[in-house]
Amino acid sequence: MPSLPPIRPEDEAAARTLPQGTGAFDAIAELEPGILFNTLLRLGDDSLILGQRLSEWTGHAPSVEVDLSLANMALDLVGQATLFLDAAGEVEGQGRDGDKLAFHRDVLDLTNCLLVEQPNGDFAQTMARQFLFSTWQKLLFERLIGSADGLISAVAEKAVKEVTYHQELSAEWVIRLGDGTEESHRRMASGIDWMWRFVPELFEMDEVTDAAVARGLFTDLTALRPDYDRIVGAVLTEATLKVPTDQRPILGGRRGHHSEHLGHLLCTMQFLPRTYPDAVW
Amino acid sequence: MAKDWPLWEVFVRSKGGMSHRHVGSVHAPDAEIALRHARDTYTRRMEGVSLWVVPSASIIASDPSDDAQMFDPAADKVYRHPTFYDIPDGITHI
Repeated sequence: MPSLPPIRPEDEAAARTLPQGTGAFDAIAELEPGILFNTLLRLGDDSLILGQRLSEWTGHAPSVEVDLSLANMALDLVGQATLFLDAAGEVEGQGRDGDKLAFHRDVLDLTNCLLVEQPNGDFAQTMARQFLFSTWQKLLFERLIGSADGLISAVAEKAVKEVTYHQELSAEWVIRLGDGTEESHRRMASGIDWMWRFVPELFEMDEVTDAAVARGLFTDLTALRPDYDRIVGAVLTEATLKVPTDQRPILGGRRGHHSEHLGHLLCTMQFLPRTYPDAVW
Repeated sequence: MAKDWPLWEVFVRSKGGMSHRHVGSVHAPDAEIALRHARDTYTRRMEGVSLWVVPSASIIASDPSDDAQMFDPAADKVYRHPTFYDIPDGITHI
């Protein structure tokens, strides 16, 4: 079980009443000029962190074919992250590019959802995470094609094909492992169980998403939920798995409240460019 | 895990109008996953527009020890090549 900061809704509410501009998690308060920046950052961070997680499998997957499947997905996601984060850097206008944003921000400044930073566990847990994320990302990108921002629209249009494949492949594995042997069923059930509490965060709306929706840049995430529940429910049923009962949702990734897993991931991902700042690709 | 999975032969059509060509094989638990493994293994660099996978066990292969009777008799039948024949002048559309 992941150990996560115990953030209750009442804690959140109390935090919101504090004067803005103080403390570590105050970035959003200064956002008015940064709505587009933060929207791009969240999209980029989701893809970046999941891409890094998947790349941890390289050389360790159950077969060379699965190794390639996972590496391909990782590369798709890192490619999306590069486009979103480069654009975020440009919008910000402080001279940061995608690499700077990826490798020179610490945990508190990462805005990815908590789902993507969860550990790989076994192959079933990795596929459970992929299925729950890619199903959401596909629904999101389908709508972001209509974004008023040209770059978001263009990246969404390109990436939705990649993500559709991720969604299908991971759904196939959820079904095969769920409806497989006793052991594979048990592993997939526990993988879904691990990841389930991070699903509500995917549909969370806050001041950034509200403002982005108002400007036509983003889409109302809560509107994705019925389709999401329908698709996930159908796949889990085919996989002979139960839709887990809703637990207390764990939120906070978008505001820099992360699980301890993210710091370890960043250590690996950021070690080289931080240790050798002059290193180039 | 992979050693428990059957082997599938992979055929790729490089572009519309071309025939599918054998490119290699993948391990996969079933046909649907075999197609996806073939996609991820053999078409990562725009090699194709269509894929076939065939269970390797379904391929009936000639026996290498029968090479002589299978293939040698063709060796001295050059008249089976169209280039063996002279085409008279004045024949067009050939």
